[in-house]
Amino acid sequence: MTQIELRGIEKFFGAVQVIHNLNLAIADNEFIVLLGQSGCGKTTTLRAIAGLETVDKGDILIDGKAVQHLKAADRDIAMVFQSFSLYPHMTVFENIAFPLRATRMSSSEVDTSVREIARVLRITDLLDKRPSALSGGDMQRVAIGRALVRRPKAMLMDEPIGALDAKLREEMRAEIKRLHIKQGSTTIYVTHDQIEAMSLADRIVIMHEGFIQQVGTPDEVYSHPANLFVAQFVGSPVMNIAEASIADQAGAASVTVGGAPAGFEFPRELLSKLNGHANGGLTLGIRPEGVLVRHDAAPGYVPVEAQIIEPLGSFDIVDLKVGSKMLRARTKAGYVSGPGEKVHARIDPEQAHFFDSASGKSLGVRL
Amino acid sequence: MAAVRTSSEVALNRVAIAAVLIATLIFLAPIYWIASTAFKPKELAVSVPPTVLFEPEVTPFVRLFTKRVQMQKTVDPQVYEAAPWWEKRIYDGGERVLKVGKDVQLSQYPDRFMNSLIVAVISTVLAVGMGTFTGYGFSRFKVAGEADLLFFILSTRMLPPVVVAIPMFLMYRAVGLNDSHIGLIILYVAFNLSFSVWLMKGFMDEIPKEYEEAALVDGYTRMQAFFKIVLPEAATGIAATAVFCFITAWNEYAFALIMTNRRAQTAPPFIPSQIGSGLPDWTTIAAGTFLFLLPVAIFTFLLRNHLLRGVTFGAIRK
Repeated sequence: MTQIELRGIEKFFGAVQVIHNLNLAIADNEFIVLLGQSGCGKTTTLRAIAGLETVDKGDILIDGKAVQHLKAADRDIAMVFQSFSLYPHMTVFENIAFPLRATRMSSSEVDTSVREIARVLRITDLLDKRPSALSGGDMQRVAIGRALVRRPKAMLMDEPIGALDAKLREEMRAEIKRLHIKQGSTTIYVTHDQIEAMSLADRIVIMHEGFIQQVGTPDEVYSHPANLFVAQFVGSPVMNIAEASIADQAGAASVTVGGAPAGFEFPRELLSKLNGHANGGLTLGIRPEGVLVRHDAAPGYVPVEAQIIEPLGSFDIVDLKVGSKMLRARTKAGYVSGPGEKVHARIDPEQAHFFDSASGKSLGVRL
Repeated sequence: MAAVRTSSEVALNRVAIAAVLIATLIFLAPIYWIASTAFKPKELAVSVPPTVLFEPEVTPFVRLFTKRVQMQKTVDPQVYEAAPWWEKRIYDGGERVLKVGKDVQLSQYPDRFMNSLIVAVISTVLAVGMGTFTGYGFSRFKVAGEADLLFFILSTRMLPPVVVAIPMFLMYRAVGLNDSHIGLIILYVAFNLSFSVWLMKGFMDEIPKEYEEAALVDGYTRMQAFFKIVLPEAATGIAATAVFCFITAWNEYAFALIMTNRRAQTAPPFIPSQIGSGLPDWTTIAAGTFLFLLPVAIFTFLLRNHLLRGVTFGAIRK
């Protein structure tokens, strides 16, 4: 049972503030992913929780107890580093046993614990090897074993699989998920890879320039991005973002993008919902799967020209020229035959997001 | 994949091997000279042209370790017959071994050799030990004025040490440190410390700090992490630094000559002092030099792998 709470954390490196008033409550057993680009403060936050970095302001509470003044060793937290940080001069067994050697545990208990965790991680046959003889995936299994072996209050993982190749990364992702379900410990996981975040997290914390942008389940941050940053950071291919203007046209709302002659048709209620933002200042966000494409004309569809087609196997990404802007649409593979083809496009109102251009904040409009 | 070599590459390779061989011969020539002279009969040491083939003998080593005087008359045949083999060699040269009662009087060479060992070993341990801690500190912590401090440490190497020999001598005499082991040790530690700090800082920088951080999170103090994790990882660097410091301290001549004359005198100033007047006994000097070469050669040989890494350190990234 471990809850972690961060209250008003601030951190400076010299004159540069890297964490701004960060508040976050993590429930017992929760798998939290801190997601953001490098330099966004996610790793610093993690290291502050571990006790490897001091905070300039705020409280870090573990099970309600303030720990920000405790040494790392006294916080009973385990950490897995991106570089694995296995000690080259020790065998796998000794590496895993290392945290237990700091306790008063007897050597037979150490032996039992190490073998137990090795069995869970399926690395029993590696116990006598040196880290240099291991593959990247096995190294990380050992590192995770070393973190889990003393049953810490919480697990911190700093891009643990970032250094592995793509296939292994996928494998280890599943493994980490399996372990978390099986072992069930409060976990904070740092990554810049949104796919990792989406697949692992109970909740994702998206950070940018030291600020939390949004906290939510993978579905929430994907379907209801709180601002333009989150909208563009989460999801692949990236969401289309375009300055838009809105007009009342024959009983429907018409959203114009890139100064195109024809606007996209939206339900009339959009006008009232966007009241106050209808003049300039409005940004439309639409994921490629929300841009619907068909060959023949239909009500609500606007004629556009395909410019670039990226075949991605199961689907294509087609760049459509709309006025001066490009909208990327997701189509069935081979649906648009080639560049220059004239097709018709519509924006699915249910999948459209509207943001305030100035602040970047979502206007919270759902249709 | 087998590399295909053109004939010109093969030729180039042969030239390279020949060049290495020639260089090796040039470097080894003086060492061969010392070693061969140490085993030569006295009269062959200065023969012209030099003698290459001769029957080796250990008489120079006997002379090296004993106190002797010239004999005015020939030795009593009975005494000669009763003498052990090595003493006969001395009688053969027209000298006799000095004795107090029955005990052979040893020359000063073993003492001087021991002095060299004491001073070199202790100063190396101190310089490397302090350098390891200091290098770790500079590598891992934010030290106020770090760049200035490191430059200051390096600056102690910026002038030839002999420049300060006279003031050092006066200061040492004033505080009674001249002709003492401790005095030489302090000097050699001071020489080697800048080198040791810089080298160890470089090696420490190469050890990922995640190693200690993992240990810190795993319940160890920084001191425990240092001894359990950092030191074993730094072993290579420590060994390389130790070799360099040992060689410097072992070979140091100028300060040893100025600062010591009897009790704490090391081998480097002692060996040439035995040249004496008249015809120098080159074979005995060569024997002393030859033995003097051995510890550093053995030490370097044992640590040769580390040494290579120390030499190329910074140039090669793993």
